[in-house]
Amino acid sequence: MNMRAPDSNLPLMEPVLSSRNRSGIEIPPSVDSSAVHADRIGSPGQYPFTRGIFPDGYQGRLWTIRQYSGFGTAEESNERYKFLLDQGQTGLSVALDLPTQCGYDPTHPMARPEIGKVGVSLSNLSEAEILFKDLDLASISTSFTINGTAAIIYAMYLAVADKQGVPRAKLTGTIQNDILKEYVARGTWIFPVRPSMRLIADSILYSNEVTPRFNPISIAGAHVRDAGATAAEEMAYTLANGLAYVDELRSRGGDVEKFAKRLSFFFYVHMDFFEEIAKFRAGRRLWARFMKERYGVQDAKAQHLRFGVVCGGSSLVAPQPYNNVVRVAVETMAAVFGGAQSIFTCALDEAFQIPTEFSAELAVRTQQMIAYESGIARTVDPLGGSYFLEEHTDRMEEMILKVMREIDSYGGMEKAIEDGWIQMRLAERGLERKLDTDAGLNVIVGQNHFSKADEEIKIGELFTLDPTIAQRALEKYQRTLDTRNAAEVQRTLASLSQAAANDGENVMPYLVDCCHAYATVEEMVNTLKQQWGEFKEPVNL
Amino acid sequence: MNHSTKKYPLTGRRILIGKPGLDGHDIGAKIIALTLRDAGAEVIYTGLRRSAKQIAQVAVDEGVDAVGLSILSGSHKELVSDVLNELRERHSEDIKVFVGGTIPPEDHSHLHSLGVTAIFTADMPLQSVVNRLSKDLE
Repeated sequence: MNMRAPDSNLPLMEPVLSSRNRSGIEIPPSVDSSAVHADRIGSPGQYPFTRGIFPDGYQGRLWTIRQYSGFGTAEESNERYKFLLDQGQTGLSVALDLPTQCGYDPTHPMARPEIGKVGVSLSNLSEAEILFKDLDLASISTSFTINGTAAIIYAMYLAVADKQGVPRAKLTGTIQNDILKEYVARGTWIFPVRPSMRLIADSILYSNEVTPRFNPISIAGAHVRDAGATAAEEMAYTLANGLAYVDELRSRGGDVEKFAKRLSFFFYVHMDFFEEIAKFRAGRRLWARFMKERYGVQDAKAQHLRFGVVCGGSSLVAPQPYNNVVRVAVETMAAVFGGAQSIFTCALDEAFQIPTEFSAELAVRTQQMIAYESGIARTVDPLGGSYFLEEHTDRMEEMILKVMREIDSYGGMEKAIEDGWIQMRLAERGLERKLDTDAGLNVIVGQNHFSKADEEIKIGELFTLDPTIAQRALEKYQRTLDTRNAAEVQRTLASLSQAAANDGENVMPYLVDCCHAYATVEEMVNTLKQQWGEFKEPVNL
Repeated sequence: MNHSTKKYPLTGRRILIGKPGLDGHDIGAKIIALTLRDAGAEVIYTGLRRSAKQIAQVAVDEGVDAVGLSILSGSHKELVSDVLNELRERHSEDIKVFVGGTIPPEDHSHLHSLGVTAIFTADMPLQSVVNRLSKDLE
């Protein structure tokens, strides 16, 4: 065993089983029945939903098995989707490239090096038509990880459905559409906070009418966690963002009883098994209580915290990469014990590159083994009533509330983001976590403990991108510009511009018209930027 | 000289931390910025979505000793080469360039051949980063 961090002058602490979890909660060596408050636990499917939102759990409906995927051009991604569906994946999760996420067409100078790298390039409707070719949108649930341009990509999805003759009301799926966490953690913001909040409210209110089975937002803690937050902070920031959206929608005249049913959430799951399970249970209980007590929501469906989970990308490490298979299995089990509605598993090579077909398949198989072989999915919340888990859920709940009160006393999420306060807190927390890892206090097997001296990182074949993708994307892009009706593009963009200038108007129908006319993402974004301006990032370092 | 014995081994050094391209994950860049500052350096952070031109220009204007580039999107080959070219165009090839982020092992030698001083991966202890930089900047 190597007791020194490689290439460091710092001696590593001996690996110890810490009595404190990362959220800062002291864990007693044992807990007895006196710690359990039966009234807080309730039954599955009953308020406050600590034990899950459905009385029959996964027996009623298994979680949706998804893999986050997309790369290169629409043709390559379409092929990968068909492969994953053939392997038993039950929903699509579309990864978009950074130009599409940030509102740049492939021709923009900032876009060039990034075309098709971390996701598929989707600059206009003609690409979306290829991406979903021969896929039945009425039966496949499609989730898009998209935020700054979420309303545009949602409009494009509606336009594809129209083209395929699929009724909009039949569409199921999710757009992430959570801009508040982009400002703090993932950086694909475009517009300032205020107009961004309007755009999100527009898309949610429109979706409630037009695509009643679609989730127009997935309020996401995952990226905040990646950026340094603890499990409790992840849940706290996410619930705080969720409340900010609810307030925004209410101020726009939205009926909370109605729109709250379509709010969905998205979290990370890391390696601290019970901390994660308790986080999900406490979060579910808190959200139900906020909905009922703060907003007077009566319908149980509008009190539900429905969430998807992804295994913690930042919990995967490059040294001894095959260990990541085990990490993914443990994390997936925590998500299942926590009652997730959909799960993406990470692939073992994600600390290096986007997954190969081999590792993506292994990640899907991991979920299937847990679903069908392990038996843990048979009973809803099988650990419910455990002295330790129930006590830990209470402690996580207190910790989450403490962080939410700090945000409130700062002046709320919008202000905390505009001032860069949350960003600074996350950076400091991330530094703390890294220093603890370097010192060996966070044990990461194969990285800072139990590694062999001078070990070389060995991994099989990694995914390689076809070097011609950028060129092909540019050629297709040019072809679309040459063949579309330019006057129709100008007309629809001008209408969009007018709608954007008028706060009382919902921009969604105008975006759908633009998409139908083959207007590009950058053209739509620039039209909105002219009305709304751009976000100025506070750099407080 | 043993760098670990010096408490602020980067005192007197000016370092620019840049996020070229569109990748918005900047926790790593911020952690490095805070670490280098704690080690005595004056650190400037560009914020997100900077072009190679902008980064090179700020580096020259601020008279930095080194530029750290953080890239997780897989565009490191293009972006690093662009920044190095922009620095050369400004006759500032003496500014050391180091790179962090998601850089697959097989790309390391290519980046070194372009002129990159050091590559720091996420599993590397921060103290090693400080030690390595203070040595390279001597």
